[in-house]
Amino acid sequence: MKEVATNHYGKIIKYWSLYWIFPILILFVWKGTTILGIIHNYTLPAPDKVIQTAVVLTTNGTLAGNIIISILRVLEGFIIALAAALTIGIAAGLSVKFEIITDFVLQVLKPIPPIAWIPLAILWFGIGEASKIYIIFIGAFFPIFLNTLDGIKNIDKKYIELARVYEVPQKRVIKHIILPGALPFIMTGTRLGLGSAWICVVASEMIAATSGVGYMLMDGRDLSRPDMVILGMLIIGIVGKFMDDILKKLSNRMIKWN
Amino acid sequence: MTEPIIKIENLNKTFVSNNQEKPVLKNIDLAITVGEFISIIGPSGCGKSTLLRIIGGLDTEFKGTVQFENKPITGPGRERGFIFQDHRLLPWLTVEENIKFSLPESAENVDDIVSKNLEIVGLHDVKKNYPRQLSGGMAQRVAIARALSNQPKLLLLDEPFGALDAITKIHLQEEMLRLWELEHITMIIVTHDIDEAVYLGQRVIVMNTHPGSIKHIYNVEQSVPRSRTSPDFHCQRDKIYQEFFEEKSQTFFYNI
Repeated sequence: MKEVATNHYGKIIKYWSLYWIFPILILFVWKGTTILGIIHNYTLPAPDKVIQTAVVLTTNGTLAGNIIISILRVLEGFIIALAAALTIGIAAGLSVKFEIITDFVLQVLKPIPPIAWIPLAILWFGIGEASKIYIIFIGAFFPIFLNTLDGIKNIDKKYIELARVYEVPQKRVIKHIILPGALPFIMTGTRLGLGSAWICVVASEMIAATSGVGYMLMDGRDLSRPDMVILGMLIIGIVGKFMDDILKKLSNRMIKWN
Repeated sequence: MTEPIIKIENLNKTFVSNNQEKPVLKNIDLAITVGEFISIIGPSGCGKSTLLRIIGGLDTEFKGTVQFENKPITGPGRERGFIFQDHRLLPWLTVEENIKFSLPESAENVDDIVSKNLEIVGLHDVKKNYPRQLSGGMAQRVAIARALSNQPKLLLLDEPFGALDAITKIHLQEEMLRLWELEHITMIIVTHDIDEAVYLGQRVIVMNTHPGSIKHIYNVEQSVPRSRTSPDFHCQRDKIYQEFFEEKSQTFFYNI
């Protein structure tokens, strides 16, 4: 065990066993309660029942279909929000005038939860795709916008002073000081924005949709199928985690100087 | 060559705090000749850094005349390089990119400029490194290379070695002397280290505090080559030590 290689593998094994110990424990307790009949099957179906449902829904294609349609909706709304939030955030960060002009409206819109927009979105866009994408847009916009603005405001003034010493033109200051300086904030905002977008797609699908993961939850309730509901919830959690993992990796790669 | 590169006449600067005007610099007169090495020393709060920032054009709110090559200073300029206490390299750019960032857009052969100036400060194979991969001394050398790449006529050093360990500090002081002799750049260093001031400067300007003003200007007779151990050096240094020591003992005496 004293060799470096063994030690290294030992560390990895230790990490992963610690990482999985809690989820596996939950699974056992869950299964245990159903075997002992502490919790009724209707309230909480056994984990193997949920897995069985997953297999059935996977083979008939509905599960993949619902996941894909939800992810596509998120991507559409998220990308539009990203583009808008970066544009407005950078503009407000660079121009004090622009920030003052937009400040009141944005600060009033910010505390309105995306879900509160659902009635209006349905009145405006009907129950089609557009209303869901609009809700996702609202959900993703503010975290990205606010972090971008904060990131630019928080750039160390000493770098701006340095640029003055060398008479560096404004364009190069934006490209080499402001944008990279704000990038860690922007990436945090993007991760929060994507997380919020995923929450919003599920919420909007639960209210007005005929497909998607959120619809699957409501469908499970209508059919009195708690196994479907729990499966849907687990999928929401797992997909959300993987989407965040991807952005986290991307962010580490982009901020390679740290 | 007696033409002054920097001419300061009747410079006054005040700083407003709590609606009260507080003088920072009072009646500063100073002429610096091309090719001189000037040390400015004084207790903290004597305005020595402010004086340097005014010469650098980073601080433009003052009264009086401050001229560079007979033209009033209205802002920073490439021909006046500025080395800060921190290396101030952009953490997201490599060494090479950091130097290129500072160069004028019209510059040609930028790769040659970068290589040449890194060579001058004694750095090899660090072009592709990020600042965090460098030691404090190396990072400060890159900052010096960046300043030199812009071919300054005047180099302003604001406590440039204050954050470095004693050995690295001595190495870099020697490096600065070598550069001064090699590149014929006028240098002004602000420091609170008496040894550093005497070792580097041909003239040592001792400043007073409250308000910041020039107390004494010492002409340092430098031995060639310079030495930190010669009796001459100690003699010069002791004179300046007494500037600060005397003040202290007097206040002590009066307090009793």
